[in-house]
Amino acid sequence: MPLHLEVITPERKVYEDDVDMVVAPASEGYVGILPHHVPLFTTLGPGEFKVKKSGVEEVLAVFGGFMDVRGDRVVVLTDAAEPAEEIDASRAQQARERAQQVLAAGPASAADEQRARAELQRALVRLRVSESRRRRR
Amino acid sequence: MPSERELRRRVRSIKNIQQVTRAMELVAASKMRRAQAAVLASRPYEERLRTVLNELAPYADPETSPLLAKREVRRVGIVLVTTDRGLVGPMNVNLIRAALRFSEQQPAASFVAVGRKGINQLRRVRATVTAEFPGIPDRPSSTDTNVIARVAVEEFVTGKVDELYLAFTRFVNTLRQEPTIRRLLPFTPGEMEGAQPPPTLQYLFEPDPETVLNEVIPRLIEVAVFQTILESKASAFSAQMVAMRNATDAAGDLIDDLTLSANKARQSRITKEMLEIASGAEALGKG
Repeated sequence: MPLHLEVITPERKVYEDDVDMVVAPASEGYVGILPHHVPLFTTLGPGEFKVKKSGVEEVLAVFGGFMDVRGDRVVVLTDAAEPAEEIDASRAQQARERAQQVLAAGPASAADEQRARAELQRALVRLRVSESRRRRR
Repeated sequence: MPSERELRRRVRSIKNIQQVTRAMELVAASKMRRAQAAVLASRPYEERLRTVLNELAPYADPETSPLLAKREVRRVGIVLVTTDRGLVGPMNVNLIRAALRFSEQQPAASFVAVGRKGINQLRRVRATVTAEFPGIPDRPSSTDTNVIARVAVEEFVTGKVDELYLAFTRFVNTLRQEPTIRRLLPFTPGEMEGAQPPPTLQYLFEPDPETVLNEVIPRLIEVAVFQTILESKASAFSAQMVAMRNATDAAGDLIDDLTLSANKARQSRITKEMLEIASGAEALGKG
């Protein structure tokens, strides 16, 4: 009995397939979902979203949103989701450096600092996701 | 009967008009394709979020979220989404008329106007307008629309309005757009279309139901406003393309008619000249 997984963002449906297992970056830490999981509703943090299907693991970067697990249906509603192969590692690298510079230089305002931190976190997630893809190959 | 030269002149000028409307049709068509793709791509997200919220409805407690608070309705707020420019056929007129008729049925109403057409019309009828948002870009991002959502929610939470509605033109297909008025706040999941009976399942919430709902509901409102804007954009470009196509076709018909008249005029002029020459020659032969 597979899990039916849907990953939806406001722009498009990123993923829809029957899968064996899902590991999601919930707000309280990573949670693994197997078929027959108890109904669960959780907010998602930014992080790696792993999908296992017949022995192959796919990784997506997700940034905030919600996950609804109900019976054998998993619905992920997220602000943004990027499959590993769509991530531009060098751009993420640049973004990370930029954010680190801003933080090191002492940001002008609290809002700036928050923005830089969020930017840094997104860049780190992207790098981790694209990293995990390279390792597998 | 206008002169032949006059007719030819008009044909030329209408040909120019036709070129302009055809160009506008093509521009609208390409914008329309993009806007339609955007609206169709984002619909599943909003629909899913609504179903999810319906599932969560039994756990919702009106006390914990100000967005669920039901009050006696003394004043309603209407977010009216129109276009900035015209040339979209009767789309704006129909929507504004529907919204005004709706507002007359309410004890009192105030508007949040999105788009210059609505702003101007509401000023003309001296409606109460609390906020104006002209110039929403053709490809809106959620940043553009979240401001509108924030203002609308603010109105509701501070008690300036007791109910909040969205008035927009829903995109059905290229030839059909419907003026639509839909309630946004207070948010009552149970009464929503497609509502399900409370599930018997016991949900597990992380971190806890309250936190989750307080994140989901504001998010849904942002998404609903975003969706509304996308619907309006797709409707506007579709209506514009159709209007421009009609104009181009009408110009074509007019050109045909005028060309026919011009040719008839030319023919009768030639016939007249021939007659004159013939009768002149005859007169000479006799003499």
